[in-house]
Amino acid sequence: MNAIAPFSRRGFLAAIAATGAAMTFAVGPDDAAAAAGDFEPTIWYSIGRDGIVTVNVIRAEMGQHVGTAIARIVADELEADWSKVRINHVDSAAKWGLMVTGGSWSVWQSYPLMSQAGAAGRMVLIEEGAKLLGVDPKTCTAANSAVSGGGKSIGYGDIVARGNLKRSFTADELGKMPIKKAADRRLVGKPSAQLDIGEKVDGSGKFGIDAKVDGMVYARPKIPPTRNESKVVSVDDSAAKAVPGYIRTITLEDPSNTVPGWAMVIAESFVAADAACELIKVEWSSGDTAKTSEADIQKRASALIADPKAGALVVEDPGVDAAFAAAKTKLERTYTTASALHFQLEPVNALALVNKDGSYEIHTGNQWQSLVLPWLSKALGVPEDKIVLKTYLLGGGFGRRLNGDYAVPAALAAKALGRPVKMVCTRADDSRFDSFRSPSVQVVKMAFGEGGRVTAMDHAACAGWPTQVMAPFFMPKGANDVAYDPFAISGANHWYSVGAQRVRAVPNDLANRAFRPGWLRSVGPGWTNWAVECFMDEAAQSVGKDPLAFRLAMLDGAGRNAGTPPNSVGGAKRQAAVLSRLAAKAGWGQQLPKGTGLGIATTFGQERDMPTWVACAARVKVDAASGAVKVEKLTLVADAGTIVSPEGALAQMEGAALWGMSLALFEGTEFENGSPRDTNLDGYTPLRMADTPALDIEFIESAEVPVGLGEPATTVVGPAIGNAIFNACGARVRHLPIRPEAVLNALKTKS
Amino acid sequence: MATTFKLNGREVTVKGPDDSPLLWAIRDELGLTGTKFGCGIGGCGACTVHLDGEPVRACVTPVSSIAGHAITTIEGLDANGRDPLQTAWIEAQAPQCGYCQSGQIMSAAALLKSTPNPTDAQIDDAMNGNLCRCMSYVRIRKAIKLASSKMQGAKA
Repeated sequence: MNAIAPFSRRGFLAAIAATGAAMTFAVGPDDAAAAAGDFEPTIWYSIGRDGIVTVNVIRAEMGQHVGTAIARIVADELEADWSKVRINHVDSAAKWGLMVTGGSWSVWQSYPLMSQAGAAGRMVLIEEGAKLLGVDPKTCTAANSAVSGGGKSIGYGDIVARGNLKRSFTADELGKMPIKKAADRRLVGKPSAQLDIGEKVDGSGKFGIDAKVDGMVYARPKIPPTRNESKVVSVDDSAAKAVPGYIRTITLEDPSNTVPGWAMVIAESFVAADAACELIKVEWSSGDTAKTSEADIQKRASALIADPKAGALVVEDPGVDAAFAAAKTKLERTYTTASALHFQLEPVNALALVNKDGSYEIHTGNQWQSLVLPWLSKALGVPEDKIVLKTYLLGGGFGRRLNGDYAVPAALAAKALGRPVKMVCTRADDSRFDSFRSPSVQVVKMAFGEGGRVTAMDHAACAGWPTQVMAPFFMPKGANDVAYDPFAISGANHWYSVGAQRVRAVPNDLANRAFRPGWLRSVGPGWTNWAVECFMDEAAQSVGKDPLAFRLAMLDGAGRNAGTPPNSVGGAKRQAAVLSRLAAKAGWGQQLPKGTGLGIATTFGQERDMPTWVACAARVKVDAASGAVKVEKLTLVADAGTIVSPEGALAQMEGAALWGMSLALFEGTEFENGSPRDTNLDGYTPLRMADTPALDIEFIESAEVPVGLGEPATTVVGPAIGNAIFNACGARVRHLPIRPEAVLNALKTKS
Repeated sequence: MATTFKLNGREVTVKGPDDSPLLWAIRDELGLTGTKFGCGIGGCGACTVHLDGEPVRACVTPVSSIAGHAITTIEGLDANGRDPLQTAWIEAQAPQCGYCQSGQIMSAAALLKSTPNPTDAQIDDAMNGNLCRCMSYVRIRKAIKLASSKMQGAKA
């Protein structure tokens, strides 16, 4: 599972499909959710004698309504009656193959496999239905959970009850299963209510924090001063012994080194664990990062960027240096972003228990079961197949729960105590333990020839690398044979034709050591595009061109920017179309009141292999006296190929756009003495309802491959706001988050 | 050390220290987990419940302070989970992850009780203490207006 190399999106998909299919088509009720006698043509769904279709969803539900989208893909090909479709979010098991929910991959990765699985089931049901009807299957059709032919009809439930459904498929056969033409789709692309909403409005939905088993005790951790280099020297719990319900404090021995220096305060209730925790004194030895600051990390980044040998060459065209040497004019700018917390509203938690047979159950919300299982296996000293991650709703993911580190301390405590342990982090614990978004430094340069023609571009980005720290098997190599975190640099390898291009990704070794850098919604594109898209405006201005025209001229679809079927068919031309539509929609070029500005930005979302073409126009009003920025309206246009679930897609765009705005103006903290400085809402202040601007979002109609939507909109809003501020008042800000003081300072620099 | 109060119309007694937050009494002792823990400092609103009809943050409400009072949680808003706010929430497809929504709905219920036909500014004012980390604010605002018009329509 962990040997996914070299990095390839398509290879990754094929590996999943192969793993799934290899185990899928041994017919038999091997899923606990399927009752005896159910029809299970693949592991991905079953059909009961009552005709209920239960779709097994391996993706975590964290607000994206992913089960509905996947079930509609299956049901469309299966020709199922949508009212009879249910979703089942499954527990971890080897048969599901890779279990991960991130990267805006779910719909994109699931589409071919789930379509083919649905088509396979339909084929078998038509064959068997025809037999039962006594007609030639060639004359039969399937629709609305029934097979019809020769003037007769039989429902799927009856076929399951009366038929002999034994047909199975090889992986090869499944891969060749034809799927519908876009025009024949009945459910995909049509509006529908999300199946997960009901339990989210009446309090009945079960999140990880709601998990409960008999005999469990509660734990709150003592979070050590540093993430990676702490050791417990001594524990003094004498004062805590007066707390009713306090049991004891366990110093964890962690062979997986996931939570070094952790102690767990155990009690009969969370209230007691919490109260005791405050009274317990732990002495640690912590390593030198206990004194590390944000400034130290950024200084290290700047030093690394200044060394041309540091890092991986992600794009390295011939002639970059020559083009800069020959340039008529040049522009160089530095952009920075601060540490940013996930602050998913449900603090991380996990309930762990040991069964009588020595196997473990971990009850928690998780986005990447396949990543944490090996850590748990190493920590507990049991094979992975003896550990099951039970599935719950996630009270926010945003990438925090890709890193399942919080399961490890609960599991170790359960092992040590021989009792079920439910660990709940307080908000401050969660923030201090967060694998937050690393601060970043980026230096972007452009070379211009005659008439402001762009001849070369050089982009170097340095940050802590989540993939290097947690999933190094997922790192491809650059042109100089150095491995890099693809998620921490994506975005810099944009679709603009800029002549000779260099993109250099540099890991910040100090950040990697001082904390555990995390994947935070959109990961690298959240900072690389802050640099690319602010720079595009600055570059246009430096050669006296309109930022829109400047971009469109470079989105010409030439060379490697032509795109490749199926995922990026159309290439940069599709991005240009999105940007043009945005400009028209938002009224680019029109006169605005004094102090008000419109700014644009465009990106390809997450990855070149799976581009979601997106563009944003932000209209802001800047108060020149205070530097305060008010966002009045965000207009967004996206081409995400086929939109599988329109309501869900729109909701993702809305949330992601506001996330981008929140990260640009409202969030951000600083690393201070080994931890994030702001650990709760008294210092960390995400966007609220009153800050929410008008949103106008449009999807380009398309029948191309459906790509991701969970993250892309986060990547365009920040630079659109930065550019809008400049257009409103002439203040150019180059640091995220944008604080009023920074706007005032930039105004002073201008004048 | 024991506190008696009404929870969703039923008399209950909880043990535990007097300064113990109502939130954990509701969730862990009384087993109603629809009320959520987000920040512990009354800043996110995920734990919003009604105390004698008024919205309070259960995470900063000592259990001793509610002796003899009536508490309503999301589970008690409507016996079938289909209060006009809840149906409006479904109609607007408001929730994303859903974690904050119990608190959002309880705050909105209190708002519509005192202000049946709120303006945008009144909605912002009443709801600004409820953080939605998925940022489904546009839909929450829409759902409140939907519920408001439904409730007014029902009265008319």
